[in-house]
Amino acid sequence: MSVDVNDAELVERARAGDLAAFEALTNRYERRIYTLAMRILGNQHDAEDVTQQTFLNALEHLEDFRGDSSFATWLFRIATNAALKIIRKRRGLDTVSLEQSTELQDGSDTIPHPEYIADWRQTPDRLAQQAETRRVLEQALAELDEKHRLVFLLRDVEGLSIRETAEALGLTEANVKVRLLRARLQLREKLTHTFGDPERRLIRAHRHEHKPH
Amino acid sequence: MKCDDLLRLLNEYVDGTVDPAICKEFEQHLAGCDPCKVVIDTVRKTITLYKNDQPYELPVEFRERMHRTLRERWKLKHPTSKA
Repeated sequence: MSVDVNDAELVERARAGDLAAFEALTNRYERRIYTLAMRILGNQHDAEDVTQQTFLNALEHLEDFRGDSSFATWLFRIATNAALKIIRKRRGLDTVSLEQSTELQDGSDTIPHPEYIADWRQTPDRLAQQAETRRVLEQALAELDEKHRLVFLLRDVEGLSIRETAEALGLTEANVKVRLLRARLQLREKLTHTFGDPERRLIRAHRHEHKPH
Repeated sequence: MKCDDLLRLLNEYVDGTVDPAICKEFEQHLAGCDPCKVVIDTVRKTITLYKNDQPYELPVEFRERMHRTLRERWKLKHPTSKA
C-alpha cells in the first residue's frame, strides 16, 4: 500500500474490513512501537510481547479510536499501558499503580543541580555517526527511574505533547513537566560526563548552598 | 532572574513555549551566565541525540509470527471478509 496514504484514510479502510489497510498501519508503526518498548523495558522478549499486544489491541478496538488524538498517539498509549503492566508484574505491585507507588517522591520541589557543565567535544551529528554513542544513550536511559524514562520517551523521543503524555501515563500535566525536567537534566548530566570536554568544564560561581567541610 | 529560576523554566524555554516577556529575562540572564548557557545548550543536544537515535529492527522471526497472528485474529473478527 502506498506510503502516501495517510493514517486516517488507512484507519477508515481498516474499519471497513480492509486487512491490507490494517497491515499497512502495522508496517508503518511496528518499529517505533517495538523501539519504544525496548527502551522502556530493556528486554527483547518483553518488547516483542508489548508490540504484539499493541497491534492485537488496536485490531480489536479500532472502532473505539475516535480520532481526537493521532493514530500514532493512540498506539503509543496502548503500548505504554502494556509496558506498565509488565513493569508492575515485575515488581509484584499488581494492585498499586505506578502513579501511587511513586507519587510521594514527586512531592518535593527540588530540581537536580547541573554538576558537570562543559561543552561537548563533538556535535550531535558527529556523535550520532558513532556506534559507541548508541551504547552510551541506552546506558544513560536505562539508569533513569522508570517514571522519568517513560515521560522522556513519550514527550521528547516520540513527540507527544505534555497533555498527551499525561493522558498516556495517567498523570497530571504538572507531574509530567516535573518528571520531564528531571529526566532531561539527569540525561544531560550523564551524557556530559561522557561527551563533555573536561578542559572546558565550568564551575558555577554562585551556588547558594553551604559546601560540606 | 537567578540560575535557579532559569532551571525551573528550562522546559518551557527549550520547547519554545515560554511567555515572551519571561523569555527576554531568560535571555538576558543567559547572556551573562556561561554555565546556564552551556546547560541549556547541552540539554538541547541531549534531546537531539535521543530524538535522532535510529529505531530498532524487529527480529525477523518475531515479525513474521506477529503478522501471522494478526491475520488470524482479523479473520475471526471479519469472518465474511475475503482477506
